[in-house]
Amino acid sequence: MLARTASNLYWISRYIERAETNARLLEVGARNALMPNIGGGYRNEWDSVLRASGTAQAFDRKYGEPVQRNVESHMFFDSDNASSVAACIERARENGRIVRTALTTQVWDALNTAFQEIREMQRTERSKLALSDLIDWTTRTTALIRGASLATQLRNDGFDFSNVGHYLERADSTARLLDVKYYVLLPQVGLVGSGLDNYQWSTLLRAMSAHRSFGWAYGGEVTPLKIADFLILNRQSPRSLMTAIEGVEQFLGQLARRYGKSSKPLSQSRSVLAELAETNVSEIFEEGLHEFLTRFIRDIAAIGASVHETYLSGEAR
Amino acid sequence: MDKAAPLQFFNEMFDSESVRPPYRGLEEWTRDMPAELRSLKQSEAESLFRRIGITFAVYGEGGDPDRLIPFDMFPRVFSADEWRRLERGIKQRARALNAFLVDVYGRGEIVRAGRIPARLVYQNEAYEKAVCGFLPPRGVYSHIVGIDIVRTGRDEFYVLEDNCRTPSGVSYMLENREIMMRMFPHLFQENRIAPVEGYPRALRRTLASVAPKKCTGEPKVVILTPGHFNSAYYEHSFLADMMGVELVEGQDLFVEGDFVWMRTTEGPKKVDVIYRRIDDAFLDPLCFKPDSMLGIPGLMNVYRSGGVTIASAPGAGVADDKAVYTFVPEMVRFYLGEEPLLNNVPTWQCGKRDDCAYVLEHLAELVVKEVHGSGGYGMLVGPKASKAEVELFADKIREKPENYIAQPTLALSTCPTFVAEGVAPRHVDLRPYCLVGESIELVPGGLTRVALTEGSLVVNSSQGGGVKDTWVVAD
Repeated sequence: MLARTASNLYWISRYIERAETNARLLEVGARNALMPNIGGGYRNEWDSVLRASGTAQAFDRKYGEPVQRNVESHMFFDSDNASSVAACIERARENGRIVRTALTTQVWDALNTAFQEIREMQRTERSKLALSDLIDWTTRTTALIRGASLATQLRNDGFDFSNVGHYLERADSTARLLDVKYYVLLPQVGLVGSGLDNYQWSTLLRAMSAHRSFGWAYGGEVTPLKIADFLILNRQSPRSLMTAIEGVEQFLGQLARRYGKSSKPLSQSRSVLAELAETNVSEIFEEGLHEFLTRFIRDIAAIGASVHETYLSGEAR
Repeated sequence: MDKAAPLQFFNEMFDSESVRPPYRGLEEWTRDMPAELRSLKQSEAESLFRRIGITFAVYGEGGDPDRLIPFDMFPRVFSADEWRRLERGIKQRARALNAFLVDVYGRGEIVRAGRIPARLVYQNEAYEKAVCGFLPPRGVYSHIVGIDIVRTGRDEFYVLEDNCRTPSGVSYMLENREIMMRMFPHLFQENRIAPVEGYPRALRRTLASVAPKKCTGEPKVVILTPGHFNSAYYEHSFLADMMGVELVEGQDLFVEGDFVWMRTTEGPKKVDVIYRRIDDAFLDPLCFKPDSMLGIPGLMNVYRSGGVTIASAPGAGVADDKAVYTFVPEMVRFYLGEEPLLNNVPTWQCGKRDDCAYVLEHLAELVVKEVHGSGGYGMLVGPKASKAEVELFADKIREKPENYIAQPTLALSTCPTFVAEGVAPRHVDLRPYCLVGESIELVPGGLTRVALTEGSLVVNSSQGGGVKDTWVVAD
């Protein structure tokens, strides 16, 4: 398939996944804004949301004080913020328009409708748009696009690239969410295990819509170890690093078989997977969660770079 | 046609109060459609178009790049008999235009015979010296000929202009039909309407039939687009999809050895036929515009050595130039030995002194066009223009007379059209798409453009025109 087309398909998935991550972050912020300010945790939950999205500096320059309305504008509506929901949907749709021929009607329909709707929302008076509705809209819309893709797209190499993008972005965003929560909220190891700690950790579960599934999978007390296990190593958890990297490996493997040629990103993802398979949460905490995550994020970025170089740049021989 | 006759408009549906036969199947349909249903259907059509993603960006107007071309639900209808006549005329013209192109890049017999001035051909901006002496596969330069036709009476059809390069709009022909079938299925059960959906397959067949001589096996066909910012991008991707071929940009192709290759995820793949939707000037920076970012360096060398076919062939534009247009009937006589079945509109060349004097004197009655312009830009519709506009245009003509041609203001036929107050006649034209390869094919239909403003004669979508589904009904 045309290298540029593969690249467009890959990025559609990444943008859609990114839009969803952003909406989930907003949900966490909104939820915490409703909580009483217990025991002076981090300065302000909205600030931590901005940090998790990696756009705190840009926000500061444009808006200043992180109050809900501004954070909403920044993370949902603002096209200047490249990772806002609106910008992600716009770019996913733009990529989709370029490769219209590689998408089924259902997928294009879902993408294009999302774009039309977000434009409509941008024109609507803000007081008429409740944050909870915006969040619901985003998770519903991204699920619809992803679902349409899974249900209707031809299982060809384009499908593989689309999934590689989806799982890489998911691995990256789970790792970043974990990292911000750990690093920003709990710089002191002494706090691990305290009540505040558990509360902040369970916020993390909410961010991943995994609060209930966690209960089903583990039961009992919510502890940082269990949560970390759930979000890093558990194969049942749809957003764990393990599940995401397995997805990456699966679809890169499929591409290699299809093209009859192994690839650099495939061996890279296999070694990350092997490492995850051999470790456990205690070991990760021993190394330091932040150190572990930093390394993981770097590995994911390296896989992304190899995917580009091997398949998407058009320099393949 | 009498050049000075007053305008009498032919109504395609009503012939002095009685409904003309091709439109009979629509009489009841319009009469019985309540206003609410009509506006419901209209907004349904609009949302279908939006969801499909058919949009049209208007050059130079800014604003919404995702604007829709207005779609009018009232179909434009031809009888099978009328169509047969048109078809013969269109195919004849397409053959003559291609024969002309082969000739002027070869021996130039028509010029030597004195049937067309050498200056008009060889000094034409669209004449590509780079392809002199090269004969494209099957002697076809223009593989898709879009011939703009207007009707002025029961049996009077005129060719307004020929488009030999890359006529656009065929996606509307196909999508308008899809949407009509979806919204009014019973109309298609009650009337025997010839299908147009075979077009993409016919186009692919045509392109595959002109594969270069070095091509072995199934020819690899691609569509070359300037990119997704181009106003016709939707059409490019739609056609690629319907034909099942790759849609490529210049950056996706490169030349190596004797061939053109496409960058794929598995490495280079050879390309045999390029249906390009970019202008000659942007094809190859080594041959044409050195600063073009759109082209493929070295493409023309591969082309000339028979490694790839470019459709339409570089240089095809010389045949659809507005100054050359006047000579198309002459081409039909010269190459085919036949009388032209379709008429030209009488045309004054401002480059000729007598013609120019007449044009300047009668500017307020005429339509004046730039020789190299397209899309309804830079034209003057005399009867609709203000005095100041007319004078301004007169200055432009005096400054560079050879740049302009003038034609009488044609009494374009009208077709019933849905307007705010109900149904009213609006002026229409027609663009059928003729395919030329191993054989010459024409799908029964085309794009009908309609001037939505009351009294307006300008149907270009860039000037606020709309589109209609075009039917050919069996007798």
